[in-house]
Amino acid sequence: MLNTKTAHELLDLIKAGKASRDKILSDLKSRIDKVEPKVKAYAHLPKETDSAKQDSLLNGIPIAIKDNICTKGQFATCASRILENFSAPYDATVIKKLKEKGALIFGKTNMDEFAFGSSCETSCYGPTRNPWDLERVPGGSSGGSAAAVAADEAIWALGSDTGGSIRQPAALCAVVGLKPTYGRVSRYGLIAFASSLDQIGPITKDVHDAALLLNVISGHDEKDSTCADIPTVDYTSCFTKDLKGVKIAIPKEYFIKGLDKEVEDSVKQAKAVLEKLGATFKEVSLPHTKYAVSVYYIIATAEASSNLARFDGVQYGFRDKSSGSDESGQLISMYKQTRGKGFGLEAKRRIILGTYVLSSGYYDAYYLRALKVRTLIKNDFDKVFKDFDCVLTPTSPTAAFKVGERLENPLSMYLSDIYTISANLAGIPAISIPCGFTKNKLPIGLQLLSAPFKEENLFRSAYAFEQNTPWHKMKPDLNI
Amino acid sequence: MKFETVIGLEVHVHLKTKTKAFCGCSTEFGSEPNTQTCPVCLGLPGSLPVLNAKALEYAVKVALALDCKPQEFIKFDRKNYFYPDLPKNYQISQYDMPVGLDGFVSIDIDNVEKKIRVKRVHLEEDAGKLIHKQEGSASLVDYNRCGIALLEIVSEPDINSPSEAFEYLKNLKLIIQYLGVSDCDMEKGSLRCDANISLRPKGKKQLGTKIELKNMNSFKGVRDALEYEVKRQEDVLSQGGSITQETRLWDEDKQLTFSMRSKEEAHDYRYFPDPDLVPFTLSREFIAGIRKELPEFPKDRIPRYIREFGLTQKEADIIVQDKDMCVFFEGCAAVYTQPRKIYNWLTGVVLAYMNDRKKNITQLDLKPQALAKLIQYVEEGRLSNLAAKDVLFYALDEKKDIDSVIKEKGATQVSGSKDLEKFVEAALKDNPKSVKDFLAGKENAIMFLVGQVMKLSKGKANPKVVKEIIIGRLSEDTTYGIK
Repeated sequence: MLNTKTAHELLDLIKAGKASRDKILSDLKSRIDKVEPKVKAYAHLPKETDSAKQDSLLNGIPIAIKDNICTKGQFATCASRILENFSAPYDATVIKKLKEKGALIFGKTNMDEFAFGSSCETSCYGPTRNPWDLERVPGGSSGGSAAAVAADEAIWALGSDTGGSIRQPAALCAVVGLKPTYGRVSRYGLIAFASSLDQIGPITKDVHDAALLLNVISGHDEKDSTCADIPTVDYTSCFTKDLKGVKIAIPKEYFIKGLDKEVEDSVKQAKAVLEKLGATFKEVSLPHTKYAVSVYYIIATAEASSNLARFDGVQYGFRDKSSGSDESGQLISMYKQTRGKGFGLEAKRRIILGTYVLSSGYYDAYYLRALKVRTLIKNDFDKVFKDFDCVLTPTSPTAAFKVGERLENPLSMYLSDIYTISANLAGIPAISIPCGFTKNKLPIGLQLLSAPFKEENLFRSAYAFEQNTPWHKMKPDLNI
Repeated sequence: MKFETVIGLEVHVHLKTKTKAFCGCSTEFGSEPNTQTCPVCLGLPGSLPVLNAKALEYAVKVALALDCKPQEFIKFDRKNYFYPDLPKNYQISQYDMPVGLDGFVSIDIDNVEKKIRVKRVHLEEDAGKLIHKQEGSASLVDYNRCGIALLEIVSEPDINSPSEAFEYLKNLKLIIQYLGVSDCDMEKGSLRCDANISLRPKGKKQLGTKIELKNMNSFKGVRDALEYEVKRQEDVLSQGGSITQETRLWDEDKQLTFSMRSKEEAHDYRYFPDPDLVPFTLSREFIAGIRKELPEFPKDRIPRYIREFGLTQKEADIIVQDKDMCVFFEGCAAVYTQPRKIYNWLTGVVLAYMNDRKKNITQLDLKPQALAKLIQYVEEGRLSNLAAKDVLFYALDEKKDIDSVIKEKGATQVSGSKDLEKFVEAALKDNPKSVKDFLAGKENAIMFLVGQVMKLSKGKANPKVVKEIIIGRLSEDTTYGIK
């Protein structure tokens, strides 16, 4: 079945005349028919009418897109009622680039509402399930993309990562997830959660595909002032068999209470594999790590509260019809009713939190202070990357948790991202790759981080590791 | 008790960039609603702003022209508030690192220079326009204006009277017009002005409670509203009352201010740096380059005109009101040695033509050399004043050069204009009632007079020219009762 292949495998097969686009699509569709009712990875299923441009680079290979990325003429709802029926009138820059290279846009994947969450449970369409255990969450917020790729309902996918939203679900679903350097990929057309933290990135079945996808979507964009004008490299050309000369740091602050023993063991075994390949390891300190979650939830919610202000029922999306909009009294009531009914619980929680930390009298104590600590966290990494190529950590402190388990306790949910948040605050790239399974057959991921705009360092180590381990080849048994 | 008036002004000007501040949409005034929009200025999900370099350049120009300290670092912030004309429900503005800080505008108070300090100059985006349909039906939003580059210029409370405020606005407008970065047309909304005003007992340091005044539609409106407020507050305070802090609106028709809202519901705009726009560093070279391009402003130009061209203070004051006129004047003075004559022609005949045809001097098909030549012909006695005026009007209307007009019209119409003058004189003398009617405002009366002249000329005269001559005659000559 072609739907189980990676994109680079399919491209080779097409070139060799052993696969056709039609066959890829029909295999994908029959897979979706079978497993989608269980997994619910898609917010909006692929449309029959879409077609790809002729270009040999991606040759019509379909790609699933997270529902917070604008694709012209298709829904972009962020899995929120407030954007119900909102259809994007333009293509995000990443979509434009993908289309130019011949990719087929293939459905919009489910997510936590506005990417607020680590479990894909806060979607207005209901939760996505983890293909490895349908009782469990796929992680989030890009849970739909990760689950679709893991369940072979998609060849590959795009996600977005603000505090771990690509890497944590990748880890929980045994797929590869990359958060590029802040500014490596254009954010134009990504519906913003926290503008200074958001990045679009690949979720794929192996490291090669992640590199190939980054090749296509990265690079300067004049529509995004925060997108860096720094040359890209061919990320598929940096793979090596061994890792001689590669220096990897292990931050002691990441191996602490709360880290699941099975996860810790698995990451330590991964370290042994990397050592065997020639990498050298040293323990380092990232002393400000303990502040990362607090800093993140101040900065991210502050930006989110402002970014989400535009969803007011005036121009597009959901408007509560029971409220008028003529006189100012009714206007306020329209805002209140529309936003009150349109946003889910977690979205409201974050808007209120963000509004609070920006309020006059609290700004200095929270937001300004958080910005300063953010700089300290970045400085920690800068220091380490003077001497090391990569930092190795677990991606998530635990394997996938049960649906509903953390929903009632936001703090426990927020701690799911404890290892991934720092990369967003520091603006550095990070990749999660499969590194083992718990005894209950739940996937475990490891995270590699590198200096800004040094994604090639991540790909090199990740690729060598992957070539010498079986984890990325494992497929979930969905009882069919 | 004697009171001192304390006024501060907040002026918003539209920058005349071709495209909006953060997207590529046109800024053209008066287009069909919502035709000049894109995902960025509509604030659609996923769109991102990119700063228009021209808007920044214009803003820096104004800041430097107002003697602000050049700012090396500038950044943009979000001003958060909900309103339907603001599609993102935040406005991209500048909070603590604006384009300009600490400048001033000089005004002339009884021939003494007074410096009104400018606190800050910052760049922001304009909002859309709400259109309220008849009662109850609907409110509509036009986003064409949304995202147009807007410069806010905030003065210190250094203004001590409504007429000082008027002078400040006049001079500020002139400076900005000299830079060519805005039309500063209050009627078209390209300049808006809000005022803060308070009174305090003379000699006291502590400021009184301030009132914010809005909804003034002209400089005169600003002065009238302030005058009204001074009186109103004086009355309240003299009777032992107190002023409550509030926003009041100026009602132009009723010539009074009325309360709009009290300041209790003061907004918390939750300013924070806009993460979509990176902070900008303005290099010394960039600032020096802009400084080099600054034109000579009226405060330097006036004394030079008096010195170099022998204009009176009043004449210099008048001509510097229009920079293009100055450029033309100097161009003319370079080829003709009697600047006073040039001045008289420019502010007389040429200005009359401009006013009549509603054109500015750059829109006329007139070169300084051509006007100089015409004046010279008059001086040499080759043309009468009236004939020269005819030639000029005709040349401008027909876009022809002076000499060929003289050649073309010379035999008949121009020399005939001497005859025409005679006919006009005769017609005016013979029809005093029509003259009276016309002077009393009955515009139609002039057509009768034109008809009389046509009759006298046996139809050879150009009625358009005749009409102009009659109007000119009636407005020049005191015999007929004007001025």
